[in-house]
Amino acid sequence: MGWSLENISHFIDSWLYNEFDPTIARLIEFLIIAVCVIGLFAVLGLVLILMERKVSAWMQVRLGPNRVGPGGMFQTVADTLKLIVKEGMTPLNVDKFLFNLAPFIVMIVSMVVLAPLMFAKNFQIWDINIGILFITAVSSVSVIGILMAGWASNNKYSLLGAMRSGAQIVSYELSAGLSVLCIVVLTGSLRISDIINSQANGWWLFKGHIPVIIAFVIFIIAVTAETNRAPFDLAEAESELTAGFHTEYSGMKFALFFLAEYVNVFIVCAIGATIFLGGWMPLHIGNWNGFNHAMDYIPSFLWFFGKTFLLIFVIMWFRWTFPRLRIDQLLNLEWKYLLPISMFNLLLVTVIAILKWHF
Amino acid sequence: MYRETQIIEDRSTVSPTGVDLEGADLVINVGPQHPATHGVLHLVIALNGETIKKVEPHLGYIHRSIEKMCESLSYRQFIYVTSRMDYLSSHINNHGCALCVEKGLQLEVPARAQVIRVLMDELTRLASHQLWWGAMAMDVGALTPFFLAFREREMINDIMEETCGARLTMNYMVPGGVMVDIHPDFQRRVKEFITHFKNKIDEYDELVTGNVIFQNRTKNVGYISKEDAISYGMSGPSARGSGVQCDIRKLYPYEVYDKVKFDEIIETDGDSFARYMVRMKEMRQSLSIVEQLIDNIPEGDFQAKTKAVLKLPKGEFYSRVETARGDFGVYIISEGGTTPYRIKFRSPGFSNLSALDHMARGGKIGDLVAIMGTLDLVIPDIDR
Repeated sequence: MGWSLENISHFIDSWLYNEFDPTIARLIEFLIIAVCVIGLFAVLGLVLILMERKVSAWMQVRLGPNRVGPGGMFQTVADTLKLIVKEGMTPLNVDKFLFNLAPFIVMIVSMVVLAPLMFAKNFQIWDINIGILFITAVSSVSVIGILMAGWASNNKYSLLGAMRSGAQIVSYELSAGLSVLCIVVLTGSLRISDIINSQANGWWLFKGHIPVIIAFVIFIIAVTAETNRAPFDLAEAESELTAGFHTEYSGMKFALFFLAEYVNVFIVCAIGATIFLGGWMPLHIGNWNGFNHAMDYIPSFLWFFGKTFLLIFVIMWFRWTFPRLRIDQLLNLEWKYLLPISMFNLLLVTVIAILKWHF
Repeated sequence: MYRETQIIEDRSTVSPTGVDLEGADLVINVGPQHPATHGVLHLVIALNGETIKKVEPHLGYIHRSIEKMCESLSYRQFIYVTSRMDYLSSHINNHGCALCVEKGLQLEVPARAQVIRVLMDELTRLASHQLWWGAMAMDVGALTPFFLAFREREMINDIMEETCGARLTMNYMVPGGVMVDIHPDFQRRVKEFITHFKNKIDEYDELVTGNVIFQNRTKNVGYISKEDAISYGMSGPSARGSGVQCDIRKLYPYEVYDKVKFDEIIETDGDSFARYMVRMKEMRQSLSIVEQLIDNIPEGDFQAKTKAVLKLPKGEFYSRVETARGDFGVYIISEGGTTPYRIKFRSPGFSNLSALDHMARGGKIGDLVAIMGTLDLVIPDIDR
């Protein structure tokens, strides 16, 4: 019995159910999961923000953070500390209840979406049978938080930013959903573990022909827009709207928005890695048995996080390269190009799935 | 001054300053402290959703009464104040003032000083356009070009620092020539810069000019016709983007501009992309002017002999130069004393800004930012 995450989680599970009453064991499990999710949330925020700053520095001929800790590793820790001890200001004339509620909604949504993700081989919080549907449904709730923040701030920039964000997220969810559906059609299941197991002999990106590649590209574009990142960062276009929907937020409440944004990037990239790049499945090439065997030795969680961070890097690359779209161009791109293409693409994929043309 | 809240509460269509807001839904203040305005420009925009109905620039936030100040300064001193107007082309501002004083004194500037002046002007124009390119890209949302632009601008600043001792407010041109001779390393470093920048400007084009998103953001945005550009008094690259021939270096050549070969860049589309292309091509022209002159700096004095105290004869004097932003005019009325009786500066940014409302109407908020980027506004130049 190896020290894989799967075994550890099984060991803890069986030990708890042996020692305690099932109800209490379940409650303790909930508690452990909650602590783990919050921990993951914090670690992801720190790592991703540092990564963003380093990637942008690398692209912009700068050094990036390099003073706090070795190579500036603790810069984000220092920044977070600063934000925590900062006064949590609520401006006058705001809708206090909604203003304070909004950052929590945004954050809770991104925490809940972590549930069906499979981080390593058979290591998952909740293998729900409608996993993909759950993710797309829950992640749309975050737009309510953003709209709430923009409306409650009593600031015109915030309102404009929130309205832009609302229009954007609602539109781009369609394309993202349709491109995810392509894989669901090929797999015949919404369950995350089924989708990953169907890629044991090759990732969908490689064995699904051109339609899946189109779906993958559309997915990447749509999720970049859904997470409000450049070139689709209209909600917080700093040269137009200062900071968009979080203009009035400061201190920890701002930090929650900021953290949620980065965790959302992680989540959408994790979904992309799961459905198109095989989740924790190692890279196997045809009959190269030696190569395939060597790949199997790399732990499954490394595969998952490696693929996810590859996609995150691509999305960061977008941000530091492209100019921003205008709001009407953004909506044109979705409704006139991406949505028709992805609908047609879904039909193509369905034909492929029915005729079993995929590998 | 009025506050935006008053307009909203009044629900009237006319603002207290008499501006018809045309029943706008939302009036927002952009600036004076706003990332889009590159300084402290204050715009009051009336919006209908995202569509702009009216843009009203409010000036005065950094008014320092430079023209009035100049009246109490001698003809040598007042030139230094003008570095603080359009700080990105301070050499050229100083140059315009020096030319005007020289006109009054009927002073012949030595050949060496003339070439040095033109060299400095063109390097300044390059530095200014580089900064504009970075800021323009930042306005439309691409952050990386800003850093790339600063990399090259730093080289010019270092060259300037060696010769003039300053990096921003140069104060290098004096009546009769230049303040000090060029640094021995000047020619070598300028040549290094030319070879470096020739590759980099292609990189600029690859990164921004050819980008589909950038072209979508700027093409057919902020259109202004040739007639309107003339009637708003626009000048410089902004007007040349609409097909107006207005390069002072060609129309009224000063110093050695009639001896060097360069083209006046004219685009006829009149949109933001045309104005962008004018500046990009102008950089190559400036580079070629510097290339032609850098090996041909004549020997001789760098400054004509002048009296310690300059006195302009009674009369009115006007000179104009082409700054990185357009036509910069200096108008001096002298009563024969040691200080000017009255000075008026014609700054290019002011007239260019006046066309902003015309260009931005009917566009989106994002367009406004892209238009302001291509107008290349420097606020202290507008608000003197």
